[in-house]
Amino acid sequence: MGTDPQQAAGKPAAKRQFRIWRGDETGGDLQDYTVEVNEGEVVLDVIHRLQATEAPDLACRWNCKAGKCGSCSMEINGKPRLGCMTRMSTFEEAETVTVTPLRTFPVIRDLVTDVSFNYEKARETPAFAPPADVAPGDYRMQQIDVERSQEFRKCIECFLCQNVCHVIRDHDENKPAFSGPRFFIRASELDMHPLDTRTDRKEYAQSEMGLGFCNITKCCTEVCPEHIKITDNGIIPMKERVVDRRYDPLVWLGNKIFRRGQVPQTSATSGHSSGAVTSGAAHGGVHSHAGGSHDSGAERQAQQGVNWQREVPHPTAPAVDSSGKLPLTELTFDRAAAPSPFGDDVEFPLPAEHLNFAHPQQDEPKH
Amino acid sequence: MTETRIERHHYDVVVIGAGGAGLRAAIEARLAGKKTAIISKSLFGKAHTVMAEGGAAAAMGNVNSRDNWQVHFRDTMRGGKFLNNFRMAELHAKESPQRIWELETYGALFDRTKDGKISQRNFGGHEYPRLAHVGDRTGLELIRTLQQKIVSLQQEDKREFGSYDARIRVFSETTITELLLDGDRVAGAFGYYRESGEFILFEAPAVVLATGGVGRSYKVTSNSWEYTGDGHALALRAGATLINMEFLQFHPTGMVWPPSVKGILVTESVRGDGGVLKNSDGKRFMFDYVPDVFRKQYAETEEEADRWYTDPDNNRRPPELLPRDEVARAINSEVKAGRGTPAGGVYLDIASRRSAEEIRRRLPSMYHQFKELADVDITKEPMEVGPTCHYVMGGVEVDPDTGAAAGTVRGLFAAGEVSGGMHGSNRLGGNSLSDLLVFGKRAGGHAATYADQLGARPAVSVAAVEAAVETALAPLQRDTGESPYQLQQDLQVVMGDLVGIIRREGELADALGRLAELRERVAKVSAVGGRRYNPGWHLALDLRNMLVVSECTAKAALERQESRGGHTREDYPAMDPAWRRVNLVCALDGDAVRLTHKPLPTMRPELIGLFDRAELSKYLTDEELAEFDALTEEER
Repeated sequence: MGTDPQQAAGKPAAKRQFRIWRGDETGGDLQDYTVEVNEGEVVLDVIHRLQATEAPDLACRWNCKAGKCGSCSMEINGKPRLGCMTRMSTFEEAETVTVTPLRTFPVIRDLVTDVSFNYEKARETPAFAPPADVAPGDYRMQQIDVERSQEFRKCIECFLCQNVCHVIRDHDENKPAFSGPRFFIRASELDMHPLDTRTDRKEYAQSEMGLGFCNITKCCTEVCPEHIKITDNGIIPMKERVVDRRYDPLVWLGNKIFRRGQVPQTSATSGHSSGAVTSGAAHGGVHSHAGGSHDSGAERQAQQGVNWQREVPHPTAPAVDSSGKLPLTELTFDRAAAPSPFGDDVEFPLPAEHLNFAHPQQDEPKH
Repeated sequence: MTETRIERHHYDVVVIGAGGAGLRAAIEARLAGKKTAIISKSLFGKAHTVMAEGGAAAAMGNVNSRDNWQVHFRDTMRGGKFLNNFRMAELHAKESPQRIWELETYGALFDRTKDGKISQRNFGGHEYPRLAHVGDRTGLELIRTLQQKIVSLQQEDKREFGSYDARIRVFSETTITELLLDGDRVAGAFGYYRESGEFILFEAPAVVLATGGVGRSYKVTSNSWEYTGDGHALALRAGATLINMEFLQFHPTGMVWPPSVKGILVTESVRGDGGVLKNSDGKRFMFDYVPDVFRKQYAETEEEADRWYTDPDNNRRPPELLPRDEVARAINSEVKAGRGTPAGGVYLDIASRRSAEEIRRRLPSMYHQFKELADVDITKEPMEVGPTCHYVMGGVEVDPDTGAAAGTVRGLFAAGEVSGGMHGSNRLGGNSLSDLLVFGKRAGGHAATYADQLGARPAVSVAAVEAAVETALAPLQRDTGESPYQLQQDLQVVMGDLVGIIRREGELADALGRLAELRERVAKVSAVGGRRYNPGWHLALDLRNMLVVSECTAKAALERQESRGGHTREDYPAMDPAWRRVNLVCALDGDAVRLTHKPLPTMRPELIGLFDRAELSKYLTDEELAEFDALTEEER
């Protein structure tokens, strides 16, 4: 593939077939256009040509036309892409190019969608917390330490990752509880920021942003025009660290030895969650090893389908002391008999939403 | 007219524009406790600032400790060919380090030096490595950082008042078409939501213009559709004045192949990091184009130039790093002499000079951009580049300290590209990002102070709002008329061909005639479709702004009979010290652009004393030199 300038130069413009979705929130359909395409052009050029000729009111966002602003997100032949980064030479000459608006967000008109969801989620993501005792100009960081966050700061907010994410793509009902890949990497970026003073970024992502919904299908990484490794470098490390902390034997043991509530709460269940999710019940209540998310609201949302996002607890080896024995005996333990193999804070029956079981009838249409 | 719904809002400060300058101004106004609105023509965070690649110039001295504000000031004045407003250049040089450091407290992550400070890179026209940068996406970092700072302020307000929008609100995809006055005072701003086409009225005593530039009036431009000179035109119509409108910067190295990306910039860092310009004969031609004023600072041989990259203290700079206008002119000359590429540019070669790995590491987004957009691998083959319209030095004439617009209007402020004076006749690369921060903060702060000091709030008159509604709806109500797209194309042809990089008297006069014809046609522009997200209608409304600003540029370009910085007259190829003392000021007289001469403010003794006499003698008149001699005499 690829454009070879020498070979291409001087080639006359060809007519190509386009199907573009026209309409608004009341409905619309695909309309056919036959339009001139010159060598070296991208889909956005063709849309501009249509605006200048047949369809002056064809609505489409764009700004930089250089893949730097992330405005011209659209779905081209069903694939979420930037119009300015999709070269016409990637299609067969006889191929009809179908352009539709982003599916996950409500249509305003033609190719323009209401992406305010993303700006709401941005507001709900806690901002950078600067160190109080470092004056401007005195920030010292090593390149190697800032690079990890810098990868995520390459994000141009095209929201293609949000658009493609199946958690919300066809599940509007998940939107209140789910911030989406763009904001997971924002959380991850701040988590890795050498001077950010907030220590609960991962827990917050888990409990308030719906990180647990993500089941790592990597669709977001695939569509990212900046090639940010959203899943591998952002989401998975966050999940792993959440898991580390939650299943750290020492933390676990601490929870056994101290009564719950006496343990200093480091987790983000601190309660000033702002968004759609209220978390009251989740805070003091069940702290189940078998549970996916701390958040009852999120889980209520997820109940309608199988909760594939739940985390299956890793088997954990018992914490042993220097003599290789468990550091507790029947005398120091807070109850009689052996601890439950399921984790002794698990009560039966398990809440239904924590099960991997799919009811045979659950696939019946919900909407 | 049937009744029209208009959404009304009351604010203390309305900032028009959501790029670097606008966001920084809004942050300052909000920190001063003012209820602030940000009007963004696009979505929040998409502003043209994201396109800035190289970095933000600030004399922090992190890489070379000999750098300080005086050196930065000197470089800026030199770059602007001494036509800069000296006070702005001084404030800019003094305050930009503070503004950059501040960004770190907002969460910005610049590239670092070995000792953990902000790294600084070399750039055309800057004596020392001075540009704070993040790879080659510094503009994105800046806009995202400011955007996130605004979000964090909104989170504070949410905690305090229960609403994110309590004290600072972003109106995205909203265009302002009219400023409303009460006598000579700003009373508000009128516009429409692009999404719905519904009208919106802001009542506010103070307005900050931060709308950026005018590049969409040119055929080959790096600017996005937003750059239609809205702020310039709003200011003119409100009674403010524009200066230096003849000075447009053509970035020397925009992509010329493939055609779809014509105009997109190739950052100067490609040259700073070792890239060289070659013509179709394979000759590194920049050595032939070093002007006398720069002869001392630039290398004469390829060997010396190549040594400079590793040993800048003992060698002179490669001529590829001359100021932008010189490089643009040189490329233009090569192409005109028939030594250009098939696509009408020259070659920018870094592939044969640096390892593929190093190129990918130092110029990641440049590599990425070429690979994705053009399927060109810059680590393997040279790029094809040529001059592209990039930046307008001219803009709203402002008070250097406060950013308050000159002219007859009060309560109007301007910052960033829409303001004029700071960069003189030519802007140095990297100075615009720091300009945004320094003067954005100043304009926002002083707009807040102005709103505070005001006794009674100016009132918006009903008649003015009705007139604004009528003007806005007019294109939709004409069913037969000119297509806005055709008009824009015709305007771009006039400006590109006749008021472009090299100008001639006859062509400029011709351009004015054609602009007058276009004005008649623009008055009859019609847009099909409804009010809901209708780009044809939006363009129809932007056209009159583009037109009036183009008239200012053409008039001033015809008037200034010399070549200086971003204004090159083939019929007056030399710089003329007498013209250095003159700013050309545009004002609106009814509908017509009126041009007047205004003397430049005189530099304070301690500032002019930073230059040596030999250098000044290239710029100053004999009379001014005599004054300078008298000054130095006094000091002795």
